[in-house]
Amino acid sequence: MGIRNVPAKAGVGKNWESLWYSLLAIGVSFVLVAFIMLAMGYNPLNAYMALFRGSFGSLYAISLTLCRSVPLIFVGLAVGFALKGGMFNIGGEGQLYIGGFTSAVVALALGNSLPLVFSLPLSILAGMVAGMAWGGAIGLIKAKLQINEVIVAIMLNYIAQLLTSYFVNNHLMKEGSMTPQTETLPAGMQLPTIVANSQLTTSLYIALFMCVVYWFVFRHTVFGYEVKALGNNPSAAGTGGVHTVWTTVLVMAVSGALASMAGIFEVFGTYGRFIDGFSPGIGFTGIAIAFIGQGTPIGIILAAVLFGGLQAGAMQMGLMEGVSAHIDKVIQGLVIIFIATPNFIRYLLHRKGR
Amino acid sequence: MDAIRMNHITKTFGTTVALSDVDLKIQAGEVHCLLGENGAGKSTLMNILYGLYHADSGTIEINEVHVEIPTPRMAQSLHIGMVHQHFMLVESMTVLQNIILGSEEGSFAIDYEACRERIEVLERLYHFDFNLDSKVSQLSVGEMQRVEIFKAVYRGADIIILDEPTAVLTPQEVDVLFRILDDMRKQGKTIIFITHKLQETMRLSDRVTVLRSGHFVGTVETKDTSPEALATMMVGHEVDLVTNKGACCPGEPVLEIHDLKIFENSDHTIDLTVRAGEIYGIAGVDGNGQQELERFIVGSERPKDGLVKLNGVDITSCSVSKRKRLGLGIIPSDRHRDAILPGMSLVDNFLLGFQRNGRFSSKGLVRHAELHSYADSMIDAYSIKVSSTEQYISELSGGNQQKLVFSREVGMDPVLLVAAQPVRGLDIGAIDYIHNQLLQLRDRGQAILLISTELSEIMEMSDRIGVLYKGGIVAERKAEEFTKEELGLYMAGGK
Repeated sequence: MGIRNVPAKAGVGKNWESLWYSLLAIGVSFVLVAFIMLAMGYNPLNAYMALFRGSFGSLYAISLTLCRSVPLIFVGLAVGFALKGGMFNIGGEGQLYIGGFTSAVVALALGNSLPLVFSLPLSILAGMVAGMAWGGAIGLIKAKLQINEVIVAIMLNYIAQLLTSYFVNNHLMKEGSMTPQTETLPAGMQLPTIVANSQLTTSLYIALFMCVVYWFVFRHTVFGYEVKALGNNPSAAGTGGVHTVWTTVLVMAVSGALASMAGIFEVFGTYGRFIDGFSPGIGFTGIAIAFIGQGTPIGIILAAVLFGGLQAGAMQMGLMEGVSAHIDKVIQGLVIIFIATPNFIRYLLHRKGR
Repeated sequence: MDAIRMNHITKTFGTTVALSDVDLKIQAGEVHCLLGENGAGKSTLMNILYGLYHADSGTIEINEVHVEIPTPRMAQSLHIGMVHQHFMLVESMTVLQNIILGSEEGSFAIDYEACRERIEVLERLYHFDFNLDSKVSQLSVGEMQRVEIFKAVYRGADIIILDEPTAVLTPQEVDVLFRILDDMRKQGKTIIFITHKLQETMRLSDRVTVLRSGHFVGTVETKDTSPEALATMMVGHEVDLVTNKGACCPGEPVLEIHDLKIFENSDHTIDLTVRAGEIYGIAGVDGNGQQELERFIVGSERPKDGLVKLNGVDITSCSVSKRKRLGLGIIPSDRHRDAILPGMSLVDNFLLGFQRNGRFSSKGLVRHAELHSYADSMIDAYSIKVSSTEQYISELSGGNQQKLVFSREVGMDPVLLVAAQPVRGLDIGAIDYIHNQLLQLRDRGQAILLISTELSEIMEMSDRIGVLYKGGIVAERKAEEFTKEELGLYMAGGK
């Protein structure tokens, strides 16, 4: 077999290519936004310096960045998991509301009646089960009734958000509070901070742990293999003995559980309570995170830190340079557009190559 | 005079060179076969002539006048017509409506009477006989094809290109087609016939042009050549066209099918038994239940009525994974749809179907070391040409993909091997290889169910043949007790 002597792994080469496209997309976005700032009369160099200082310039800045990144890692993993199975989970927003809400309710109900080692995991698990059900329902409806998962997921987003809003506003509102939010969780249930005086909690470790689990599932387990097979060619997967209906439901359930963790750890970490409408579209940003990260755990972490950093640094940029803090949304938007149009980037590269 | 001259045609798709400096000269009034294996560039060349593709370089002359053919409409105005492999007919409309579609008579409203008259004149001239008012959906495949050919004639084509027209026909329908083509030649039409079948080429054509992997090999007079010589031109080296088959000694029944209903609105059912050490061939025209039978055996669909038993175990309503566990090996008819994971590595593709087999996984974890050594040994044993076991399977040629699927299914020692269209789309070398492997398996006591719409394959390979017609086995005998003509009659629902 003289032909079998090419050492390069084809798959790995493709990943490097994708990484290169992602980096290029980010770079182009920053350059374009620089021009926008120039046109608006700001000095982009100073603005970007401020952005950097606000996101990575100090321990506090870094912890703020990471704090913003943690929920994005969870939703990035959620969308990435569904994508591997050939499904599009746009329902992360609903899943994280339901998950966060359920775990908050369970935690408040348990109070201090159980030792912390039981009550904390129980509350978190309850939220994950709720997220699983919320996601799994999408999978079940898709697999059994052949209804597009995107439509179902968007509907369920509204239901989750409005349902939790209703309960918080009407039944669970903290007495005397001006904003619709629940009572603060029992002291021990709030996750400890890693950096003093910041909102960055040990939920970071859980997010990183889930990245390892994610990697392990796809690298080493039969289930991960079946999910990939289903995503790659559902018909061949079925002929190969993959139970397509059951696997579809499971994929969406796992994805829902991952997305719900974003909400759960905002509740147990960042806020220490459930606040109505706390998510600024985290679930939707997860789609961008998964695409930029090409569905790999490392990529998802990097993309989440990038977006987290943008959010953290944009405030500093606004304060120091007077640039609207919403400019981070513009950068995010442009990155998404360029990632979503890989062919455009390839075209640009191709032209340069010639 | 040359009706067509295509000079130095080169065409690339991305990095693949489909045609490289190909010359084609077609004389007016001849039947010219364009012969070559799958992927040789026959269809690409004709699509350029018909204006569907554009050559990167090269020139075309029609009746010795240099022309540019940017669109099929231009080709039609140059009196070129093409009958594609997949028919371009509107099934819910009548034959008449289909024939005139796009070239209707009348300035505002369609003048059906004028159309009908024109059609009838042409029908008499070329000996066609249509019921113009029947719906196309009620026609047989052969009739649909004749409508397609007539459509080209109606639009004034003098040069008619037919792309693999016999692939969908029974032997009797092939005879009818050849008579029509003969008639048309006598009336002065020029016919280009794309095929990869040697016997047809010898029987029908005046001259043959052979292409091999995008290159022009040669043009020869049919009367001066032989099937063996043509095969050598096609493949590039000498090939043995005869498959050697030893005597068959069948053992215990492995697959038993009783009263299996394929189509709900048909009275026919399938009853058959495949024994260890024999190849049972299912002959039939495409669309008579081959795909349904395949799905019922694989388990991706459940039959309404009937019984399927594998080694005595009733598997009629078992899941696919249970069937795999019981030892069902399957080479699906649609490789791309049902057999491979195009965006995954070769190793991952070797795992498909056996991911829950104790050899490759335990406690839910994949045993990578065992899987890799299995993949390596299969790649060696079946001479699959790969650059790395981590490359995507979509990067392999069709023949090598099929070899991988074949080795994967056979390598795990199945109890029953279902081979559905196992050589579809493969080149002669790969076909020969797969066929020999199947015969060796059978000699070692493997039970094989061969489903194929290629009658020659069925006759060459099978020990017993069942003819599938409208969802039922209408005749079953030992292979040597059927003649080709008898099989053709059964396939068409005669007798």
